[in-house]
Amino acid sequence: MTVNVATAATIEIAASEPAPGRRFWSLLTRSKWVTAGLTIFAIYVFLAIFGRMLAPYDPSYQNYGEILKPPSAQHLLGTTQLGQDVLSQLLVGAAPTLEIGFLAGVVATALSIVIGVGAGFYAGSAGEGLSLLSNIFLVIPQIPLLVVISSLDPKASIWVYALVLAFLGWAWGARVLRAQTIALAQQDFVLAARASGEPAWRIILFEILPNEIPVVATSFVYTVVGAIGSYVALCFLGLVNINTWNWGTMLYWAQSQQALQSNAWWWFIPPGLAVAFILLGLVMLNFGLDEFINPRLRAAGISRKAMKAASRQQGITPVVRKRPAEPSGAVRAGDEINNAARRAK
Amino acid sequence: MSYLARRIGFYIVTAWAAVTINFFIPRLMPGSPVEIMIARLGQNGPVTPGMIHALETQFGNPKASLLSQYFSYWSQLFHGSLGISLTDYPESVGSVIGQALPWTIGLIGASVIIAFVLGTAIGAYSAWRRGSFLDGALPLSAFLQALPYFFLGLVVIEVFGERLGWFPTSGGYSQGLAPVLTPSFIGNAAQHAILPAFTIVVTSISGWMVGQRNLMITTLDQDYVLVAQAKGISQRRVMWMYAVRNAILPQFASFAVALGLVVSGSILVELVFSYPGIGSVLLNAVGNEDYSTMQGIFLIITLAVLAANFIADLVYVVLDPRARQEA
Repeated sequence: MTVNVATAATIEIAASEPAPGRRFWSLLTRSKWVTAGLTIFAIYVFLAIFGRMLAPYDPSYQNYGEILKPPSAQHLLGTTQLGQDVLSQLLVGAAPTLEIGFLAGVVATALSIVIGVGAGFYAGSAGEGLSLLSNIFLVIPQIPLLVVISSLDPKASIWVYALVLAFLGWAWGARVLRAQTIALAQQDFVLAARASGEPAWRIILFEILPNEIPVVATSFVYTVVGAIGSYVALCFLGLVNINTWNWGTMLYWAQSQQALQSNAWWWFIPPGLAVAFILLGLVMLNFGLDEFINPRLRAAGISRKAMKAASRQQGITPVVRKRPAEPSGAVRAGDEINNAARRAK
Repeated sequence: MSYLARRIGFYIVTAWAAVTINFFIPRLMPGSPVEIMIARLGQNGPVTPGMIHALETQFGNPKASLLSQYFSYWSQLFHGSLGISLTDYPESVGSVIGQALPWTIGLIGASVIIAFVLGTAIGAYSAWRRGSFLDGALPLSAFLQALPYFFLGLVVIEVFGERLGWFPTSGGYSQGLAPVLTPSFIGNAAQHAILPAFTIVVTSISGWMVGQRNLMITTLDQDYVLVAQAKGISQRRVMWMYAVRNAILPQFASFAVALGLVVSGSILVELVFSYPGIGSVLLNAVGNEDYSTMQGIFLIITLAVLAANFIADLVYVVLDPRARQEA
């Protein structure tokens, strides 16, 4: 496999490979970032599905005999100011936190595909208008707007929040997809499809979109990260129904009942880390996707030593080296790194 | 300057969109802010017909058509009126925001500049020296990026403020000091800003870092970098004047996105540190159902973000000759 690194930040389009989706998947799982990210993600999905069953106590049950107890055999993560079991709250809180992130991610990604691909595919004022729309939504700061919206309707269900978060979160994906679509629309296979009279929807669905899967995936993951982060923040502020359990409301209660001041770290740290680790998993997944989109970034799998050796010998300058396998003398730095990777394996 | 002209046009359209969103939100949501505000104002003092009229202009008047409401909303804005603050009755929302805004701009401005400079430098260097210990910074930065701002803020307060007692943990300056621009007051304020600024820098740095690293890796493969090295130009010069100089341009272009996120996060940081900025005012307003202040703040924050983006555009024009030549 020779990686063609000539076009920056555009996806390689290999005409000889019929199923970009399958190739995408097999390449993806080779990346350490992706493996780590997906592992974390799978653990969280498991907790979200079975958390309610695994929880040892009712998360709202107040046991006044066990107030602010540090972790013990009965309460693995201790208890709150009201004698509630922290572990149970954490387990029960997993599902709503993930649900809202994913619902918002799905809706936002759908919006960003329609608007982004549309803006890239249709030149002229329609495309410009869609592009302007996404740029406007990119600039408007989300949290102040969310605060205004949530204070006007404090009883809104989490589905309403998911939709609002999606509505505020699609713009970044749309902008990236627009750039990709503009690049793809000039490729020969798209021009050929146009010349043979294929309708626009068919070109978009079967020629352009399959080649944008990695970009759609990154923007989906980023939207989920943003939505979970914003929702947890809103819950922490006490703006969302604070009597339901999720990691944001846990942090709200811990903060408002002075968990840290009373040294109850077991109450405050777990929900924060729970949020941090799901977001970490998603961010790592995206690092992997970025490396897929831009092969130059693919340093994963290269041992540090091989990398260092390669860069010490030749810097980043291509140097003529005697190698029987390579027909041409000059080797590009990107190829050199990939070769180093293969040799290291 | 057609590039700048286009950007200014974009900011005008965005400002119009923000005002329009602000106009429609209270009219589309189920709550009735006018009644709540009138009831709450009544607790503070007599409610004059003028005040009711102003509130209806802001939040919706069932008797007037939407279009005429929209125009009177704009005319009220052009007269500089954002309504009366409930939280600091009878001050106007404008003056409440005016007092808080310098704190926020100072804190976020300093943090964003520090995070940008540090993040760009580390990112550029880790791309330049791939395989060095800086590659380990990537997983670390992923973790920092994943930490919620407010959570890190609370941990920072507990560790550096309460346990170690190194820095003050709340407020913008020591109680009893008069907020005047003397060296001792500025020093005191700077000391109070260290922990919140540290929190914002730590959580926002990784975006700049990863961005610059990825751009830099792409740039390093360009022919002009190769030629520069072949010419025997010193490594440092190749890195900064050839690679970084070019790789940094898209960083300015993505400033808009980053700034929106930082501002949103900073609002939470201000709350956690009881910082006297606009975020704290916003959250007090939420507690008091003070819709005038909330909407005023959303508007002002959006305008401030637009202004900051415009500054980033100006820097971009200075750095990128292509933007200048389009004139």
